[in-house]
Amino acid sequence: MRKSAADRFRHLFNRSLIFVRNQQNQQHHRLSPIPLSSSPFSSMASDSPFPVTAQNINPQVLKCQYAVRGEIVTLAQNLQKDLQANPGAHSFDEIIYCNIGNPQSLGQQPITFFREVLALCDYPALLDKSETQGLFSADSIERAWQIVDQIPGRATGAYSHSQGIQGLRDTIAAGIGERDGFPCNADDIFLTDGASPAVHMMMQLLTRSEKDGILCPIPQYPLYSASITLHGGHLVPYYLDEATGWGLEISELKKQLEDAKSKGINVRALVVINPGNPTGQVLAEENQRAIVEFCKKEGLVLLADEVYQENVYVPEKKFHSFKKVSRSMGYGDNDLCLVSFQSVSKGYHGECGKRGGYMEVTGFSPDVREQIYKVASVNLCSNITGQILASLIMSPPKVGDESYESFMAEKNAILSSLTKRAKSLEEALNKLEGVTCNKAEGAMYLFPRIRLPEKAIKAAEAEKTAPDAFYCKRLLNATGIVVVPGSGFGQVPGTWHFRCTILPQEDRIPAIVTRLTEFHEKFMNEFRD
Amino acid sequence: MPPKPLDYESINENVKKAQYAVRGELYLRATELQKEGKKIIFTNVGNPHALGQKPLTFPRQVVALCQAPFLLDDPNVGLLFPADAIARAKQYLSITSGGLGAYSDSRGIPGVRKEVAEFIQRRDGYPRYISSPYSLFFLTLHCVNLFKRVLSLVSNLLDKVINYFILYFSDPELIYLTDGASKAVMQTLNTIIKGEGDGIMVPVPQYPLYSATIALLGGTLVPYYLEETANWGLDTNELRKSITEGRRKGLNVKAMVIINPGNPTGQCLSAENLREVLQFCYDENLVLLGDEVYQTNIYQDERPFISSKKVLMDIGPPLSKEVQLVSFHSVSKGFLGECGQRGGYFEMTNIPPETVDEIYKVASISLSPNVPAQIFMGLMVNPPKPGDISYDQFFRESKGILESLRRRARIMTDGFNSCRNVVCNFTEGAMYSFPQVRLPPKALEAAKQAGKVADVFYCLKLLEATGISTVPGSGFGQKDGVFHLRTTILPAEEEMPAIMDSFKKFNDEFMEQYEDHRGYSRL
Repeated sequence: MRKSAADRFRHLFNRSLIFVRNQQNQQHHRLSPIPLSSSPFSSMASDSPFPVTAQNINPQVLKCQYAVRGEIVTLAQNLQKDLQANPGAHSFDEIIYCNIGNPQSLGQQPITFFREVLALCDYPALLDKSETQGLFSADSIERAWQIVDQIPGRATGAYSHSQGIQGLRDTIAAGIGERDGFPCNADDIFLTDGASPAVHMMMQLLTRSEKDGILCPIPQYPLYSASITLHGGHLVPYYLDEATGWGLEISELKKQLEDAKSKGINVRALVVINPGNPTGQVLAEENQRAIVEFCKKEGLVLLADEVYQENVYVPEKKFHSFKKVSRSMGYGDNDLCLVSFQSVSKGYHGECGKRGGYMEVTGFSPDVREQIYKVASVNLCSNITGQILASLIMSPPKVGDESYESFMAEKNAILSSLTKRAKSLEEALNKLEGVTCNKAEGAMYLFPRIRLPEKAIKAAEAEKTAPDAFYCKRLLNATGIVVVPGSGFGQVPGTWHFRCTILPQEDRIPAIVTRLTEFHEKFMNEFRD
Repeated sequence: MPPKPLDYESINENVKKAQYAVRGELYLRATELQKEGKKIIFTNVGNPHALGQKPLTFPRQVVALCQAPFLLDDPNVGLLFPADAIARAKQYLSITSGGLGAYSDSRGIPGVRKEVAEFIQRRDGYPRYISSPYSLFFLTLHCVNLFKRVLSLVSNLLDKVINYFILYFSDPELIYLTDGASKAVMQTLNTIIKGEGDGIMVPVPQYPLYSATIALLGGTLVPYYLEETANWGLDTNELRKSITEGRRKGLNVKAMVIINPGNPTGQCLSAENLREVLQFCYDENLVLLGDEVYQTNIYQDERPFISSKKVLMDIGPPLSKEVQLVSFHSVSKGFLGECGQRGGYFEMTNIPPETVDEIYKVASISLSPNVPAQIFMGLMVNPPKPGDISYDQFFRESKGILESLRRRARIMTDGFNSCRNVVCNFTEGAMYSFPQVRLPPKALEAAKQAGKVADVFYCLKLLEATGISTVPGSGFGQKDGVFHLRTTILPAEEEMPAIMDSFKKFNDEFMEQYEDHRGYSRL
């Protein structure tokens, strides 16, 4: 013990000296050594000659922003460490992460059937053992056999075809066909490590220079703004109308498109997130038809983010895929370039950590599809577990299967609980002074608008922070609840929002509501004009 | 009708420019033939499980248990899983936030990154790892900073003393887990490359991940040639020539890639050679990107694997504190060979914290690397230890794989060298054989007529005749007028003699058909 303490001290001492020496060197030589990594107070010379410094890296990397895991989350993580070190230092005893749609980190249990199949595929030796029958459902064993047999050489640890394992894509295509009532070709499916890399791939394909624009909803999920920036393109915003439940108006699309064109921007695609993130609206079929018509007329690629397709909470709305809508309008491959993104991370299954997803690309010429394949192949393939899971969510147990009833019970319990949570949070938010919140018809988020008093805005300015970020930081420090400021998603200038997931477990919601309400009252008391 | 945004003419030029031969024309033809029912031996990708290598039992058991945590509560779990796998699974589940189904920290699960850091320390023999007292550490630094005027008086004197101590530890905060090493390379290059004025030095022949990624990101590849006659040696004169040439073209050469052990060339770099490379990077102010994914695939005893980081730390200051190094590793290679999991990491050395923050930000846009592969990474770097229930089996399985690969490397090199007009360096490491084929002029002519690059022509013929799917050397880069092919050494050992026989037979017939005794493509 004694010895190691001495070692440690010597180490610290030496490193401190080196640090000091580095500082001196920086003053004297252009060729100064880099301050030791991790030092929180290192000062980089702005003319540092080193190949990789924050000053000379790719400016697109510097520019992009991703608020869901930004400053507020770092703050939350520090608070959490602080709580561990000094329990009782704050008025709350834990951090509640409502910043990110990560259901299983908040206690949501995985769907048993899916996990049974995955475990069997991970360790196929189980399939040959009789004891396995006692531990796994019969249909999970059967499904695992099917899947293992679909993998060439039954090699679950091998790189697959860069688009994903053929047999799994067949299953997914059949699932899409069943969902839409229109056939799907397995060659149109590209399996990816979650939906995010698929979005990146499309942005990479579409963006040639900053003159290329992508129409994006505002508010939007910041994956879009970040990936457009990273690939050097131009985000062309269109605003969702908060007053009509975050409605998507074609007139607004037209206006923004014309505006962008007049600035010399070549608009190439339209992003639609349905159900909406962070806004939670589910588009009406009528509206979707108009969007399809608009894209066809203007020659835009329709990038349809449909990762929340299972998350619909109101009986009067149903999810319709853009593929189904366009096909039902009689439009085929030659009429519309359509990309639909799906993910294993959302829905009732919420398997974020698996990084599974796919995109279905239709209306692309063979030579472009070849290019997509080539880009996919540079990364060899997406992870096999995620691929298997993507096939499972598109072909869950059916009536008559041994697991069907328990599967449906698990699924319905999760979805109905999410419905309840969405409703109670929405009601609570709407009761707060100066707060209005649209219903979460779908997805996993509420996006309330807060009318901040002038005094609060002034106080935020004094702290050089956006007013909504100011509010969110206050909320975090007072209650341990982590939400994301609306400025991370974009909002009509002069309005302020935050995004809050509906994912904390149901029994936690009342406590969250109480804490939130108390905080808000205090906040308003402090800042009310 | 206006051109559509995704018409071939209107897509991103960088996408079109990128080439990735490992899954290119040859591979596509091979899959077609396979669909037609022909038996294809895929030696185009280092994909061991696809060629029959069995996954190691222990890692698969642990991940299966993590996948189905309800098994852990089942009284019968012991019938199917050994106790140490159960314990390990519980331990991993306790360090994730929500099991395999939740996004992890964007950099990877902290506990696994710690396992990686400890592995690096064990591997490199620098055990001075400080696990947690960073805050204390910085507080001390801060105090010292305040007194630096006082200290500066003595610091000069102490400099020499300090230089005596090589201060090094592997810091989990500077280790990022990724969906495979390819993603790690892409992330790193994306950070470095601003535009086509930025050059990246890459060995030729190279693994086309580098050329493809540089093209996709719009940078410029600056080639340096490995010397085939010196067993693909890396010569610093060539490095100097290459960087001078790059700069003459007005490029801002920012980084240099080494692949050690080499892909496709299979050479292992000596400590001496690595020292020269690091000195070169220091002199020329380059970031060194060390692709070390084949570090456990070593098939000779003269040149064991030495990490760039170890050599850098061995050199000591100023280099050890100034040369910026990013090293890559993967679960896809070694004896694990878990390609389908997509697990990897990169470790950053001497990268300033602001840049690390930026890399973190970009990683966070993809939310997190897949969690099962993070567990595989933990299991790879921290395998069962002597005394554990699963140790014997794990040891037997992994040793069996490596010893067999060693024999296969030998069979393949000898096999190629026994063929007419073929010369092949020994595969010292990695997973590939990269023989040179001296093509007769008539074959070059025939290739031209067919509109193919000569080695593509040869490899296609080989594929049609034998079902062996290789990658032509042109996909990796080679000197003008010389032709190679790459095969993996991964086909099952018992099939190896037959494969080499059928190659020899094909090559004999090919040479018979095209040789007219006038001369060859030059060596």
